[in-house]
Amino acid sequence: MKKVLSAVLAATLALSLAACGGNTTGNSASSTPASPSAATTTGAGIPKEELKIGVVHLSDPAEGTGYSYTHELGIQGMMKNLNLDENQLVEKINIDDTDAAAVENAMTELLEEGCNIIFATSWGYMDTAEALAEEYPDVIFSHATGNKSNGVNFNNYFGRIYQARYLSGIAAGLKTESNKIGYVAAMGKENGEVTSGINAFAMGVASVNPDAEVYVKVTNSWFDPEGERQAADALLASGCDVLAQHVDTVGPQLAAEQAGAYAIGYNSDMALNAPNATLVSVMWDWSVYYTKAVQNVMDGTWVAGEKIENYYGDMADGLVKLSDLNEPLVAEGTAEKIEEVQAKIISGEWDVFDGKTEIMDNEGQTHVLDGVDYGTCNWYVSNVKEQA
Amino acid sequence: MEMLVKFLVAAIGAGTPLLFGTVGEILNEKVGHLNLGVEGMMAIGACAGFMGGYMSDNLFVALLCAFLAGVLAALVYAVLTVTFMANQNVAGLTMTIFGVGLSNFVGVYMVSHSENSTLKLPAQISKQLQNIHIPVLSDIPVLGELLFSYNVFVYLAIVIAAVCGVYLYRSKTGLNVQAIGENPAAADAASIPVTRWKYINLLLGGGICGLGGAYCGMIINGGVWISNSVNGLGWIAVALVIFAAWKPHMAILGSFLFGALRVLKYYKVGFMVGMPDAFFDMLPFLITALVLIGTSMRGVKGTHIPAFLGNNYFREER
Repeated sequence: MKKVLSAVLAATLALSLAACGGNTTGNSASSTPASPSAATTTGAGIPKEELKIGVVHLSDPAEGTGYSYTHELGIQGMMKNLNLDENQLVEKINIDDTDAAAVENAMTELLEEGCNIIFATSWGYMDTAEALAEEYPDVIFSHATGNKSNGVNFNNYFGRIYQARYLSGIAAGLKTESNKIGYVAAMGKENGEVTSGINAFAMGVASVNPDAEVYVKVTNSWFDPEGERQAADALLASGCDVLAQHVDTVGPQLAAEQAGAYAIGYNSDMALNAPNATLVSVMWDWSVYYTKAVQNVMDGTWVAGEKIENYYGDMADGLVKLSDLNEPLVAEGTAEKIEEVQAKIISGEWDVFDGKTEIMDNEGQTHVLDGVDYGTCNWYVSNVKEQA
Repeated sequence: MEMLVKFLVAAIGAGTPLLFGTVGEILNEKVGHLNLGVEGMMAIGACAGFMGGYMSDNLFVALLCAFLAGVLAALVYAVLTVTFMANQNVAGLTMTIFGVGLSNFVGVYMVSHSENSTLKLPAQISKQLQNIHIPVLSDIPVLGELLFSYNVFVYLAIVIAAVCGVYLYRSKTGLNVQAIGENPAAADAASIPVTRWKYINLLLGGGICGLGGAYCGMIINGGVWISNSVNGLGWIAVALVIFAAWKPHMAILGSFLFGALRVLKYYKVGFMVGMPDAFFDMLPFLITALVLIGTSMRGVKGTHIPAFLGNNYFREER
């Protein structure tokens, strides 16, 4: 009975949406004569049934861990939230983001399938997405982690992951006994995304344990299972007893588990892979953004060729979050302390990078960082060490 | 001092998969076949070894699976290049693309059909994969850690390299095999069964590469399935063959040296700290280039590059 009712409701909604679309067609057609195909759907958004969503993934989301997997969880979450049919989703997987031709092929195929909105999930898709956005003004190109946008049909989306990293730093700072914490980083100091994350983590550590230091080892690659493992082993060998990471595999967590040390996970809940080491994981919930973006397209808040906004989510939105604490492993008082700070972050009372507070780097200079400008962060805070 | 020991131990660990790949490739190249499919054969070995271990919970079964999978992959290459005389470079490159793809395909299939979306090796095999501990010997300071603290793969790799060295350079069969790589027509005329020994060497080499893959799939990944675990190590092995001058015992040295260069950036001291990571990533290849220059200057004498390398042998064209 419930099913029938919801079907009827959905049909009514769809009909009314379609009716609205019909009404405003004339108006928008006159305002944007350059793109007649867009004109038929602008104004009141695209009806749910006509929506087609394209996604370009860096690797195969079926891996069960890592970057593409978390994006796929977000896409599936959005599909469920908005009750879309699986035929309305077209995905391209294993698209190398350093291969511009492959990226263009993948996106062109999505366009040919008739996608209204294309989510490009990796940094390297940016330039191709920008170029195609110009060529196809009636399709929305939404690009993760980038810094380019055009305001009409090409935007970028990312989030304040540093907030969750700060909180995970609290768990690490309370747990460490050697006061040496390791951090396996994909990229060096010059990469603001990685470096701002390290700084937030180290500040979280310092907030509960001023004596602890964070040692960074850089693999210089976004995917290097052997390097990630070796970096973790080197950190453990130098006496680190808690590891955190900004890389793609669970190598550091497993290295910590085998050495009897502890670790902070990233991307997905890594307690699944290393249950005896993972204290807590820093996670993305991309479904928050994907749902919002597609809803905006349906509502007509975002209209290709007219208006689209960049998105920068945070813990309050739920885009950025912490996994459940691994209670048997974490130090006493961890949950309370994290809850206390998390409440302040979510209420907006306090933020790690608020754009006002002066932060001392490890070379004695002070900086002010606004979380939005994470890309400019190319210095380490004072308790970060580059050499063990 | 303590960190120096840790560094050397890490270097041996990083060098081990390279040693398998290099010795396998030497066996191939010694019969005149430049097999660019090392990466692919290792990837297939990684998958077969991991899945074998995952299902049987037995290290021996895992190793056997990895070896046999490598042999099977090499069989495809051997049939193509020895029997059908296909272009070796194309067949090898195809093997790499095919092998990596197949390995990931099977891996992802298994992951998506597993309970928690993760594949983790069971308890018994995980224990067998741990570093060994020999009561008295492993406890000797420094020396114990340097010599008696590795997992079984490390010792297996060294033994295989040593045996292959004796086989190629100290046995009559090995000298015959080498003759095939130098001049198959002459070997044929001397009634050495060229095709048979080509097959034996190619398959053996493939099996050894498969074992190297199993190291990537089970040791590097810490017992959890991760796709693309070989991630270019097979290509470094191809370069290492040149560095090792086609000698298995030199491959032992070369692999561990390359391993050391690969982990050096995680154990930087003093003046190295400020240097860019890209420099350290480049080091193994820079050294290979230097060795190439060095060996070419010394002339053909010291290099041992098989003269017929890369060419197929048409008996009818003698």
